[in-house]
Amino acid sequence: METTVTNTGTEGKTWGGGNKPLKVSYGKMMMWFFILSDALTFSGFLAAYGFSRFKFIDSWPIADEVFNHFPFLHGVDAPMYYVALMTFILIFSSVTMVLAVDAGHQMKQKKVILYMFLTIIGGAVFVGSQAWEWKNFIKGEYGAVETKGGQILQFVDKEGHRVALHDIAIVNANKDREQHQSKNGIWYESEKELPTYTIQEIRDGFAKKSDLLIRTQILTEKGEKTILSREESLKRLNTDAIGIVEGANLIHNEYGTPLFANFFFFITGFHGFHVLSGVVINIIIFFNVILGTYERRKNYEMVEKVGLYWHFVDLVWVFVFTFFYLV
Amino acid sequence: MGHDTAHHESNTKRIWYVFVLLSVVTIVEVILGIIKPAFLIETTVISMKLLNWIFIILTIYKAYYITWAFMHMEGETKGLRRSVVWTAVFLISYLIFILLTEGDYIYEVFKAGHKSWDF
Repeated sequence: METTVTNTGTEGKTWGGGNKPLKVSYGKMMMWFFILSDALTFSGFLAAYGFSRFKFIDSWPIADEVFNHFPFLHGVDAPMYYVALMTFILIFSSVTMVLAVDAGHQMKQKKVILYMFLTIIGGAVFVGSQAWEWKNFIKGEYGAVETKGGQILQFVDKEGHRVALHDIAIVNANKDREQHQSKNGIWYESEKELPTYTIQEIRDGFAKKSDLLIRTQILTEKGEKTILSREESLKRLNTDAIGIVEGANLIHNEYGTPLFANFFFFITGFHGFHVLSGVVINIIIFFNVILGTYERRKNYEMVEKVGLYWHFVDLVWVFVFTFFYLV
Repeated sequence: MGHDTAHHESNTKRIWYVFVLLSVVTIVEVILGIIKPAFLIETTVISMKLLNWIFIILTIYKAYYITWAFMHMEGETKGLRRSVVWTAVFLISYLIFILLTEGDYIYEVFKAGHKSWDF
């Protein structure tokens, strides 16, 4: 390159060229600015989540009730324990990453290999945990009823404990409504899978079991969901309810407003995609370390650069954790 | 902990210290989130529960340590640090302010009952 540069006679002066005011390599600087732009993207998503939440501030789902599963503990109410564990796994993989960077500064190849390996494992466990969390959310737990206006009505007993649809419904054995598939009737028309119960079966069961009540999405001053009286419950179910919701997807969400599900899928999905790509990039660098690429290059700055990205993924999770699970 | 590129002393002690710090803060957050102390929920500061303020402040505290210690921002030059951190801080603050204000406005419109949405 030097041969192509014209001498200006100002070398050595501040604006004479060849001056590196940020004292950092091009790659590392660009990684920082990429992270900055990515941080702004995530902020956009989280701020949009905040916007929607403020819009429905008195009827937003309570995260503790949505994410209360823990592996191998079926039916146990474990609010946030699992997501806290996931947070630890990610923070710990951040620690092993920074240890790898530190070992790289000291040119200790063996140590870099070990710490990079642990980082990759941590990342993979985290992505797996997120998939499990998604599975629980999509599958749902108790089921609910949706009204004409798109509001969600859930069922509780006298003590306020949630009651599942299968404990309410009186199944009509002579049900003549079947899922319409494209192989029947008009070949190009089909419909989605029908819910397990019809709204009429739920109405029948609800009318029979006099200790059941309906819980709406509206939050009380204490931050709990409003429970209607028996008369109001019956009225609400018989006049407003139009359908059954089991689990959550982008259109229906048994836990509350579909917006909650949309943002959950989008933001944790986008973050999970970052973790996944981080794991892939880490694996590439891991093999480069094993092959001795950076020993020959005599510096481990590549490890530092992917390390920056990895820490950023952790940084975003800290915010996602707060705004989805805590606040 | 000024970072000097000329010699590479090991920072492992500081790394573990920051890890313990982040873990403790996370545990505190989870415990507060599970117990939800009544007085923190009932006290409202600038139209938000005190508990939520605590969560957000602790999150920013964690973010500071991740950026400064793990991402080694403390060792970068003032120019790089400011061009990254200030850009993010000012743009994000503005975005949050404008979106939350508008969200609250729409909430008020819904509440005023000009438009029925709970039916």
